[in-house]
Amino acid sequence: MTYIAKPQFHHPSLKHNALGFTRRDYEGKVSTLCAGCGHDSISAAIVQACFEIDLEPHRLAKLSGIGCSSKTPDYFLGASHGFNTVHGRMPSVLTGANLANRSLIYLGVSGDGDSASIGLGQFAHAMRRGVNMTYIVENNGVYGLTKGQFSATADKGSKSKKGVVNSDSGIDMVGLALQLGATFVARSFSGDKDQLVPLIKAALTHKGAAFIDVLSPCIAFNNHKGSTKSFDWVREHNEAVNRLDVLMARMAVTASYEPGSLTEVTQHDGSVLLLRKVAEDYDPTDHAGAISYLQHAHAAGEIVTGLLYVDPEAEELHDALGTVKQPLNALSDEELVPPVAALAKINAGLR
Amino acid sequence: MTRPITAVNDFVVKFANVNGSGSASANGLFVKAILRMGVPVGARNIFPSNIQGLPTWYEIRVSGQGWLGRRGGVDLMVAMNPQTWDRDVAEIEPGGYLFYDSTKPMPSSKFRDDVNVVGLPLTALCNAAYAEPSKRKILKNIIYLGALTFLLGIEREVVEALLAEEYAAKPALIPANIEALQIGFDHARDHLKPLGLKLRRTDKVGDRIFVDGNTAAGLGAVYGGATVCAWYPITPSTSLAEAFTAYCRKLRHDPETGEARYAIVQAEDEIASIGMVTGAGWNGARAFTCTSGPGVSLMQEFIGLSYFAEIPGVIFDVQRGGPSTGMPTRTQQSDILSAAYASHGDTKHVLLLPEGPNECFEFGALAFDLADRLQTMIFVMLDLDMGMNEWLIEPFRWDEERVLDRGKIMTAEMLEAGADFGRYKDVDGDGIPWRTLPATHPSKGSYFTRGTSRDPYARYSEEGAVYVDNMERLLRKFETAKSLVPPPIVRRAARKTSYGVIYYGSTSPAMDEALAGLEADGVAVDALRIRAFPFEGEIFEFIAAHDLVFVVEQNRDAQLRTLLINEGGVDPARLVKVLNYDGSPITARFIQTELAKGMGVPKTRAGEMVR
Ligand SMILES: Cc1ncc(C[n+]2csc(CCOP(=O)(O)OP(=O)(O)O)c2C)c(N)n1
Ligand code: SF4
Ligand SMILES: [Mg+2]
Repeated sequence: MTYIAKPQFHHPSLKHNALGFTRRDYEGKVSTLCAGCGHDSISAAIVQACFEIDLEPHRLAKLSGIGCSSKTPDYFLGASHGFNTVHGRMPSVLTGANLANRSLIYLGVSGDGDSASIGLGQFAHAMRRGVNMTYIVENNGVYGLTKGQFSATADKGSKSKKGVVNSDSGIDMVGLALQLGATFVARSFSGDKDQLVPLIKAALTHKGAAFIDVLSPCIAFNNHKGSTKSFDWVREHNEAVNRLDVLMARMAVTASYEPGSLTEVTQHDGSVLLLRKVAEDYDPTDHAGAISYLQHAHAAGEIVTGLLYVDPEAEELHDALGTVKQPLNALSDEELVPPVAALAKINAGLR
Repeated sequence: MTRPITAVNDFVVKFANVNGSGSASANGLFVKAILRMGVPVGARNIFPSNIQGLPTWYEIRVSGQGWLGRRGGVDLMVAMNPQTWDRDVAEIEPGGYLFYDSTKPMPSSKFRDDVNVVGLPLTALCNAAYAEPSKRKILKNIIYLGALTFLLGIEREVVEALLAEEYAAKPALIPANIEALQIGFDHARDHLKPLGLKLRRTDKVGDRIFVDGNTAAGLGAVYGGATVCAWYPITPSTSLAEAFTAYCRKLRHDPETGEARYAIVQAEDEIASIGMVTGAGWNGARAFTCTSGPGVSLMQEFIGLSYFAEIPGVIFDVQRGGPSTGMPTRTQQSDILSAAYASHGDTKHVLLLPEGPNECFEFGALAFDLADRLQTMIFVMLDLDMGMNEWLIEPFRWDEERVLDRGKIMTAEMLEAGADFGRYKDVDGDGIPWRTLPATHPSKGSYFTRGTSRDPYARYSEEGAVYVDNMERLLRKFETAKSLVPPPIVRRAARKTSYGVIYYGSTSPAMDEALAGLEADGVAVDALRIRAFPFEGEIFEFIAAHDLVFVVEQNRDAQLRTLLINEGGVDPARLVKVLNYDGSPITARFIQTELAKGMGVPKTRAGEMVR
């Protein structure tokens, strides 16, 4: 293997999943991010989610752009192939990778600068195309890696560490993803693992473009008073609309619930999303309703989190292209190269 | 009055039309008819833009001897566009012919007295025969085709057979077209005299096909096993993606399920196109994009990533002139440097330089083998002239036994057997490392892909020595490429000479003719056609073996010459620039004159030929 795994202490009490893997098998290299960076919590949540859904680590491909957030794929899933691409262009690379082999699970990790500033166009078009992927933006409102400049998700009126007030409107990635046709849209907070892990599990099992905007405070450059992306601010303004449990296909729904409090959504792969309502009037299968709710909440200064929209019947890019089930990268010469006789016919048609 | 030009199977006809008037199909029939009579033709579209109503020209060189480059000059102008009348008339050779619509009388000042005027009351004939505007528009073109059939001695049955083929899918349209042809033919026969320019059946076409380079390259990509195409429309490359799409529809569907064994995405821009190609190449699919200079400019960052991260991919660059509104519909070879040294950092890239549609097909397939073998971006450098114009070429050939070379891919079995996998490790001494594809093995062979900053095992490293080591290996890989790319083709003169000429790409047909002309004049010059970059040794030996070497190019800055000087340490004084870059394809007359001048040959026929 070409990565250095962390020392493997297999504590006998470490839990094994259905594949016999422990959580450690989903880890990557030691993080080099600032201690306390929100991004590391997201990496941990990804590890946990993959462990819990019994994912074979090597069946996932992880891609990212450039930024502190985009460095993180090195810090989880060491047995997966990873690709640190170029700034703002992960969506196109992931799209191409997905075209080449539809049988893998694709995880794109990006930052708010990477996806909302330089990469806004590619973000938009990957959502529009319905690329089958999980797309996580680790949103801290700044460019962490280049030392704290505002990113395009910084809210208007929020203050930088140096005291500069941002005068540009902030881009709401969730609102955009909804408008652009993402078929799974969620928002969460790096500090709320209980909420985040099930959302990642659901996104990874969703067929279609799944987007999660994760508020992930940058403790080095954007965790001060006056910032709307600080730990304190996000905690105070976080309004979860629901709580989610994900049941994989083979698990039966056993617990009994009070009628009316729970929505069950069965996904394409048979997994079941159990949604417990927190906001009485929120329905995550109502696209227009979700958009309107989010806009009202945004105007009221709330940060709405939870599973905001899901279309369990979603189609993805390969459905539209009508591609073969087999990965394109595995087709044989016979399947790719037309016979010589076909060329003779083509020649004849050109005389 | 100048003596009328007389010629058999050797003249230039130019159609001046209005874009969107339906003339393209009539002009195409005109050319096909001549080809069916066994007479070779070189045909070129000249279109300032694709917009309806703007002028467009179609220049046809009829050459019984088989010279297919542009000759220059016009012997018969079919002037169907009043907007461009003056310049069209001015272009005719003295003694040449002007064919025009004589329905409306024109002042005599609009004509030249040294050209032969052939008027046909085209609009009147057409309006008398047809009432519907749509019919008038289309059939008007067929009427002039009928007149030309008579005037030039084209076999009428051949044109009729072509019309029947053209409308095979809509047979109801055949009689009307045959009738229109007859209207033109009969009127010309009854009122006009045949021209001094004549067509006579020969057998000089053989089994050759008539096709454009973009179509050929698109087909090459199908045979080369390409499965992913991501592109963004730009003239003159668009028809390459369209051809790939059309051939995939015919040839690449699972016969049982009907599902596609390919994926084509029209991306949002060129950055996304090349990003998709990069992702697909990383994941083991054969992927390409097609574009032109402006697109290559946008793709720079990814091209560099492909170089450093060693990801296969293919870019078809159909070159044109200039940026923005520049000269997008004119031909040039002006992206050579921007492709060869694309991107930031120390990079250089493999370029294939096809000479026409045959090599567009051949290199179009080969590029994918090279990309996989060398794990890098391969450029195939077409240009508008070969990309968008149909050329008369030998039929496409494919060796049934040929297998796709997928390069060094480490398999699960190899990993299982204990292979020491280092993604950037030079195990074979050729500079080419092994790669694994994602999901190869549950616990072995994964790695993290980045631009630079990693050691042979793909582990993060910012150490200077590690970086240099990797950069040296990339140079070794580039050396290896020299032995894999198509070698140059040398043509020796009849006798020993100290003069050489180097050329490439769509200059070929004009060069063939120029070399024959020089030889006929007793002037000896050795020729070498470069077919790829990096340049292999033979190219520099050729330069060393001659006192003076002309480098013929279709750009202003002598880009290939610069590349030769830079890569081979050649003394610039020994490489003489011969440059044509006005946007129209280079001519034999130009080359022959420039070379003769450069060699101090006092007076060649070429010199006289240039008007
Ligand atoms: C083309 C290009 N421009 C600029 C940069 C410099 N750069 C690196 S990361 C970054 C911003 C990253 O911000 P974000 O995506 O929010 O990630 P964070 O570090 O905040 O997690 C910039 C501007 C680059 N790498 N490439
Ligand atoms: S600079 Fe900010 S975003 Fe980057 S690692 Fe440190 S805390 Fe995280
Ligand atoms: Mg950020």
